[in-house]
This record gives sequence, C-alpha cells and structure tokens, in this order.
Amino acid sequence: MNFYTDNESLSFYLHHPEMVEIARLREKDFAEAGLHPEAPANAEEAIEQYDSVMRLLGEITADVVAANAEEVDHEGPHIENGRVVYAKGTQQNLRTMINAGLYGMTLERKYNGLNFPRVLAVMAGETIARADVGFATIWGLQDCADTIQQFASDELKEKYLPRIYQGATCSMDLTEPDAGSDLQSVRLRATFDETANCWRLNGVKRFITNGDADLHLVLARSEEGSTDGRGLSYFIFDRADGGLTVRRIENKMGIKGSPTAELVFTNAPAYLVGERRLGLIKYVMSLMNAARLGVGSQAIGLCEAAYREAETYAASRQQFGHPINQFVAVQDLLRAMRARTDAARSLMYETARLVDRSATSKPASRIADILTPLVKLMASEFSNQNAYDCIQVHGGSGFMKEYACERLYRDARVLSIYEGTSQLQVVAAIKGIANGSYLKRIEEYDQQVAVGQLTDQQQQLLSMLRQSTESYRALYEKATANGSTDVLFEHNARALTEVLAYTIMGYLLLLDSQRDMRYVDSCDYITRHALGESAKALAMMA
Amino acid sequence: MRIIVLAKQVPDTRNVGANAMNPNGTINRAALPTVFNPEDLKALEMALRVKNQMPNTTVTVITMGPPRAEEIIRDARNRGADDGFVLSDARFAGSDTLATSYALAQAIRSAGDFDLVFCGRQAIDGDTAQVGPQIAEKLGLPQITYAEALESVSEQEIVIRRRLEQGVETVCAALPVLVTVTSAAPDCRYPHAHRLLRFAKTPVEVRNADDVQPDFARLGLAGSPTKVKKVDNVVLAHKDNVHLEPTEDNLNEMMKNLINEHII
Repeated sequence: MNFYTDNESLSFYLHHPEMVEIARLREKDFAEAGLHPEAPANAEEAIEQYDSVMRLLGEITADVVAANAEEVDHEGPHIENGRVVYAKGTQQNLRTMINAGLYGMTLERKYNGLNFPRVLAVMAGETIARADVGFATIWGLQDCADTIQQFASDELKEKYLPRIYQGATCSMDLTEPDAGSDLQSVRLRATFDETANCWRLNGVKRFITNGDADLHLVLARSEEGSTDGRGLSYFIFDRADGGLTVRRIENKMGIKGSPTAELVFTNAPAYLVGERRLGLIKYVMSLMNAARLGVGSQAIGLCEAAYREAETYAASRQQFGHPINQFVAVQDLLRAMRARTDAARSLMYETARLVDRSATSKPASRIADILTPLVKLMASEFSNQNAYDCIQVHGGSGFMKEYACERLYRDARVLSIYEGTSQLQVVAAIKGIANGSYLKRIEEYDQQVAVGQLTDQQQQLLSMLRQSTESYRALYEKATANGSTDVLFEHNARALTEVLAYTIMGYLLLLDSQRDMRYVDSCDYITRHALGESAKALAMMA
Repeated sequence: MRIIVLAKQVPDTRNVGANAMNPNGTINRAALPTVFNPEDLKALEMALRVKNQMPNTTVTVITMGPPRAEEIIRDARNRGADDGFVLSDARFAGSDTLATSYALAQAIRSAGDFDLVFCGRQAIDGDTAQVGPQIAEKLGLPQITYAEALESVSEQEIVIRRRLEQGVETVCAALPVLVTVTSAAPDCRYPHAHRLLRFAKTPVEVRNADDVQPDFARLGLAGSPTKVKKVDNVVLAHKDNVHLEPTEDNLNEMMKNLINEHII
C-alpha cells in the first residue's frame, strides 16, 4: 500500500500548473543547481523530487503509521520519571520517518533540509493524518522550524535547525490555565539572567501538544508590569537544558497517541527569538497561520480516511441481497463525503500555493491570510461530518470498537477546537468580509474560468456560482444594515463566512474540473450547497 | 571492508494477474510488476548493518537481469548501498541455477577484492535456494545459510545466528564468507530522502558477458543442464468435507492419511 500513489488527487495538486512557479521561487531561480548535489536544475526536476519523496512518505505512512494507528490509540503515551514516553508505535513511526530523512522537509539545504515548499508540507501532513491524526500532530509541529528559520538569529538557527532534521521533536507552548483563546493573558514569566546571559522561564503551560518535545517555542511575559499582548516575547527552550517538569498528561477523547501535557517551568534557560514584545503580535500570529493550515491538512487526511473506510465497507456489506453501496441513501452519504474531501483539499492547496508565493508577493500573502481561516474552519467541520457519516454508513457495526471509524470520530473532534476554534476562525474572517477582500478574490476566480471551454454542466455551475455570489452580497447588505460593528452582523458572521467558503470552494473545484472532469461532481455538490446555505442564512435572518 | 550483495528483480507474485503465464507455460514477464526479491532486501539490510558497525566499508550490489533490473541497483543505492552494476547480456538468457551462479561468480571476481557476500536464501520466482551455495562453491568460500541475525562482525570474522527447522544455531566464520539470508531476518530500511534526490540522475553501470571474462560454454541455455519439460497450472480447491468425531483413533487415522497424501 502507498497513501500517495493510491490517491490521484495528491499527484493532481503536485502537478498543478502553478507548481512550476512555486518550485522556481523556492529554488531562487535554481541558483544552487550544480553547487549542491541535491539541488534541482529546473522546475521539472524539482517536481520530480517532490514526487519521489512523496512516494517514499506514502509507502512509510501506509506500511508503518497506518499499521500502528490502532495500537497507538489503545496504548497512548505515559509518564516515566517526569518524562513523556510515547506509545511503542509512535516511537517506531518517528524512528522510521527520521531514518528515512523525511524530517525537516521545508528546511533550507544548509540545515540539512529538502528545501521543499509549503505545498509539500501540507501534502505530507494530510497523507500522514489519513493514517493517524495523533501522529500527524507530532509530525506537524516540526513547522516550529519555519518560525526559527524566519525570525531567529543566525546563531540560534545554526544551533537548533540541524537538530530538527535529526528528528528533534517540537512543541509550541502558548496555552495556560487562564490563557486559551485569549493569549494576551499569558502570564508565564521570562526574566533576563545577566550572569548566565540567557532568559529564565517560570510558570505553567497547559494543554501543550507534544509537551515534552526536545525543542519548545514558548510564549512568555518578558515585560514586567505589562498586561496585554505587547508585553509578550517568544523564546526557544531546549529540553536538554533542564528546568522543565511534566506535571501530567491529559486523558483525551481522541488523538490519543499525541501527548497533551501540563508543564511547569522552573528557572528554565531560554533564548529570545527575534525581538522583544513581538512574541504574540508577530511571531505567534505567523506560526498560527501555518499551524491552522496544518490542522486543515490533518482534517483533510481524516476526511479521506473516513471516506475510504465508508466506501470499502459499503462495497462489502450485503443487505437485501445487494452491497449497500447500491442503495441511493448510502450513495448520497458517500457522494457528500467525497465532495467535502475534494472541496476542502482544493481550498487547502490553493492556500498553500499562495503561502509559497507570499515570499515575493504581498498580494499573495494577503489572500493567503484570508483563506487560511476558511481552510481551518471548513476542513475541520467537514472532517467531523465525514467521521459522523462514516459511522452512519457502517450502521450498528460503526458503533462498535472493532472498526476504525470510531477512532476517526474521536480524532476528528479536536480539529474544530485546537489552533483556534471554528468560532475564532469566523472572527479571523470578519476583516476580509468587511473590507471586501473575499469578494475581490471571487471575482478573480471568476475571471480565471476558461469560459469558452466549459461543458453545459460546467456552464450551469458557473451560473450558479455567480448567483451564489449575488446572494452573498444581498446577505451582507442585510447583515450590515446597522453597520459592521452591530450585533446583527456578529450573529450572521458565521453564515456569511460559510457562504463565502462554499462559493470559493465551488469556484476552485470548477477550475480543477477544467483540468480533470473527475472533480465536476464534487463541484456540483458544493455549488448547490453554496446556494442552499445563503438561502438558509437569509431565512434565518428574517 | 568490502561487501558484495547479490540481488534479483523478480515478478511480484503477490500481484499476479490472469495473464501471468504464457500459453506455452513460460512466465509472461511483461505482464507482471517487478519487485526487489524480498530475501535479497533482507540480505542488503544485513550488509548495511555491517557497514554501520565497520567504518570504511563499501557495499556493492550486483544483479543479473534485463536492463530494467537497474531499478534494483537504484533502490539499493537509495537505501544505503555505495554502488553496483547490472550484469546484462542476451548471452545469459535461459540460465538455470548452475549457469546463473557461474555468471554471478565471474561477476564477483571481476569486481575485485571482497570480504563478505550476502544474498537472499532464495528468490520468490524460482524458490530453488541453490544460487547462493553454488556461488560459494565456485568462489571456494565457506558459506553460512539461513542467516536470520548478525550477532557481531570484525575485520577477521563474523558471527551469525541461523534459523533452522528445529531451532537456532549461532556460528562464527573467518572472512571471507558467503551468507544467505532468510525471511526471518530484519526488514530492510527504507530509502533515504536525501539519497533519492542525490542519486536521481546518477547512471547505473551495466556490464556484459565480455566484462566478466567467462567460459562462454557455461553461460545461458548452453550452460544450463536443467530443462523445463512442462509447467502445469495447479488450481487448489477443496473437494469434499469430512466430519470426524474428535477421538484419538480418528485423529491418528487423519494424520496417517495426510502423511500418505504428502500433505504434511
């Protein structure tokens, strides 16, 4: 089995026409070609490299990570002498990934990375999450390296980045007992120690995913007397330097392989990342966007897993003398699951491509910023719906512990909570709604459609998407009748966000269907939902 | 230290389609996906473990087959082998185990000095388990068969645990020695991402019959005394069920029947 080669959508997005430009940007016009034995000479070679590494990752994911998932879910991690010990399967997953050189995919070559773009990071993420979302969280936290790469001093980069490639695990330590969604309230104290020439961390962090990692990025209050986000700075802490105790690990509903820890820092030595006071307002915000895209990739992996479990079961389960996939009610469930997976995936790769282009393009960066909360919101909600439907297809068997679908159901639940709840994603989207950025982007998608080459069905879908955009405008007018700060607007912000998200996904799938007709059915499903959601929102508002 | 690993590209017998056999009973290789022979992969892993323990060790992989067998060398290289070559020539076609072991022994001789030869116990297409031992004989080497674990290795000797029918046996041999590795040995490591990128464009050396200076009479069909007379397609199907009461006599009777019918 291979979770990359058995999923044609992955190759479809890996070979998206824009990947040529993304490879060129990532490789800085192929400046290292001939100077480094692994550097590609052109976009074609770069994309071949992406493909070959994904094949390897897909094989390991299917053979090792997926095979371990059930046992990891049962065993979970535990604490031994104040340290977290991963489940045996998790240890094997990590070891195999590290030994295959897959850690540090997006790191630059000078830090032993593969210098791959963000698109490949999310592709790896969704592939691994299809096997085990819990392991995908541990894997995904290596994105902390990107924050270090982007903002830390050269000295810190030289010291820590090569260790990521060697498999040092990471965590981002933000949440505290009184600072969850409200990170401005972080209290963990950072004071500068003149003698040791480092910072000292004191305080408690809670709900820290992979909390006993080797390298921690810690948000802490460095400015004494400050009370808001402007008094927070970002620090890197090395577990090997001591000063950290794992007080407990949480007993969770899902992603049980991923340890969620409560940490006590006592005079823990740490180093400042970037500048003081920018911890929350700049660095965490940047990391948060990457993390939200990462959760999107986990959710899409789960969507895919749930769809496949349901599809396989429906093909083999016989009732009334037929496999149940011959019954329309079951076909409808499967079609919805397929469409959600395709739609969220298309939106995620579009966003990841924009993130990759952000390095040289301000407009791309702005669009990536407004699409990221939509990816997190829709993919995580879809993953929950797919997990629910997966159990539904299984019927009574789905309620039993024997089938993977009950694990998927539990694992999905956190996806619409961590790295910002669905409600907070709506808050993040409000600015783009109020300033018309989403509408502008929709107009751009509309112009990208090659109108002369549409089939009748695609033509009809385009008309419906235009209609949905008009419905959105009407909805927006009505919701902002009392101004965009009024409670009426707040009440309707989620509905507005979802109508936008459905419309954007509809356009993206229409564009995808112009390259491959396979996506036209999912486009149909999502586009009709866009219209349905706006009608529903209007009715609810009246 | 220099290690030779012998590997074979074989049809993937786990994925055999309906047209796997030609009407004349020979294998329709074009219709079969190919894989690295599983026990040869385990032999490669054992060689790589020796390399991990012994500094300055090189692992050279040799495979005999059609030009596309270069995939084996590429795969082995991505997993950690240093180099290798494909022994490919129409004059090798039709080789049985005797001719194959002769060609491979010549190839090993042509490759220079070595300390260890690792190969899989047998290939999943032929299942003969003859080629490894025959090569050892031709090269005048001691051989350790059925190896399942590398216990220790030094410049002078190697200690190997063998998996036998009745148990295990740990043996020590002075180098050079040939080792055949069984399926009980540890799985081979995965390819390494950086090696995939680094060697993607590196060509694979191909050597032909002339390069290994053979006695041409001992190659290919001419050098193969084994002739396949006929291949039958055997379909195993249960014909009837026998219900036995679980008594001592019935069980004895059943065992006798199974033994008489060569089922066990």
